[in-house]
Amino acid sequence: MLFLSGVSHLLSTADPHRLPSSIAREDEHLLVAAAKKGDTAAFEELVHRYESKIFRLTKNITGNREDAEDAMQDAFLKAYAHLDGFQGDSRFYTWLVRIAANEALMRLRKRRPGQLSLDEPIEGDADLMPRELEDWRPSPEREYAQAEMQGILAEVIEKLEPEYRIVLVLRDLEELSTQETADALGISVTAVKSRLLRARLKLREKLNRHFRQGGTN
Amino acid sequence: MNCKGVIREVSNYIDGELDLTIRQELERHLEHCEDCALILDQTRKSIEILCDSEPIPLSADVQSRLRAALRDKLSKKPA
Repeated sequence: MLFLSGVSHLLSTADPHRLPSSIAREDEHLLVAAAKKGDTAAFEELVHRYESKIFRLTKNITGNREDAEDAMQDAFLKAYAHLDGFQGDSRFYTWLVRIAANEALMRLRKRRPGQLSLDEPIEGDADLMPRELEDWRPSPEREYAQAEMQGILAEVIEKLEPEYRIVLVLRDLEELSTQETADALGISVTAVKSRLLRARLKLREKLNRHFRQGGTN
Repeated sequence: MNCKGVIREVSNYIDGELDLTIRQELERHLEHCEDCALILDQTRKSIEILCDSEPIPLSADVQSRLRAALRDKLSKKPA
């Protein structure tokens, strides 16, 4: 309790974003516990810690900056409103990702009414076999400046169909388990695996156009 | 296992979710099929590159809107 009140005290100072490094990383559960007890600065610290990751998630799902901003904001507000319901059986961040993914999906569905069906079975596997087989330049990730690589990734993710990129982002970027991804999207584990396979193959194919030997784009 | 069988399982293989027998069949195929080995290698690399994707910093405007909305919400919730 002494440590908890210490965290609360530190977080209640004028600038809650400047935490001593000793409690800056492994203290998520302490921050959540403090926030649950009404320590608003503790919740603000959680927001500060995850806002840019949650924004990346909502941007990747919606593919639209305005929707991504609104989804991110509403995700944090809902997380705060429902904090008492967070049982701590997963990481707070994983719980937050689920809320944010839901907010982002709602907005995507509004923009594409009737077009996004995540649980619809994928017919056949004629599209499965990769068509472009070329060697990549060695270590392409080191060839590009960080900003350039981020630009390539953003472009490639945006070009993926939403039903694939959503699963890819939750599974591979946010590192949710297959079951957590299925729960977050309200679809079966089989559907997650099937979409993830296609998403990963499509990601490879799109990156191939940038990284193949002799290719410029 | 043929090439199509390998491609169907490549994602499960990367995640370590294959039964031993199927994994061994797949690995035997990889030993003599350069195309499938290339696809596996590049798919793995693609996932690694995706994982290096950086969070997107919020613009000052978005950040201040978020802060204002939060403070409004935080001030209303009883402790």
